[in-house]
Amino acid sequence: MLKIPQSIYAEMRLHGEETYPHECCGVLLGAFDGDNARVVKALARAGNTRTDSPENRYNIDPRELVRIQREGRERGFDIVGFYHSHPDHPAQWSKTDLAEAHWIGCSYVITSVQQRAAEKTNSFLLSGTDEEGKYFEDEQLIVG
Amino acid sequence: MKILIPTPLRQYAEKRDTIEVQAGNVGEALSALTTQHPDLRRHLYTDDGRLRAFVNVYVNDEDIRYLQKEQTALQENDTISIIPSIAGGCCCCCCR
Repeated sequence: MLKIPQSIYAEMRLHGEETYPHECCGVLLGAFDGDNARVVKALARAGNTRTDSPENRYNIDPRELVRIQREGRERGFDIVGFYHSHPDHPAQWSKTDLAEAHWIGCSYVITSVQQRAAEKTNSFLLSGTDEEGKYFEDEQLIVG
Repeated sequence: MKILIPTPLRQYAEKRDTIEVQAGNVGEALSALTTQHPDLRRHLYTDDGRLRAFVNVYVNDEDIRYLQKEQTALQENDTISIIPSIAGGCCCCCCR
């Protein structure tokens, strides 16, 4: 389960509309609530370094993640997930999304942006015990 | 110096987000880490002993790949961050 305030949910979707037709990406900061829930308290936009193929690829510079993590820790927040957009594609994870996902235990949120308008947003929990056995499972997204 | 443990690896480090070690370089620090918490090793390293490609290691704000890699010297107050890569994309190239 991922709990996210309406204001942050809206900001995340707006980011996808602003970067259309390119994929947007960013980090969700907050706290873990037991083993089954993540609570978002803040959002940090990130740059997409995949300037070679931004319409269907994203990558966050690890250096930027180091900064975001540090600033988050100063505010008492942890990295609980990541978000990105799929321009003119469904809000469903792809083989590439899974292959490039390594933060087991975190939420991966995807927004479908159709013709510059954010439509469906889905959240997926990266599960498993190791890199070889990882998988995405649908998770409930609670907004408000 | 301290090592920041990312979320996916904390379950192998007694759920701790920070581990203190004493070491002269990054390689020694990671060795100390995996000695204290042996279950971490297979998540950080391949079978032939190299850091996994998606595991980024930073000393303060610098990627060790652009320093002296695991030979990068450490100061007492340095912070080592282990940062798994974040990437993806909406579809395979064959969809286009």
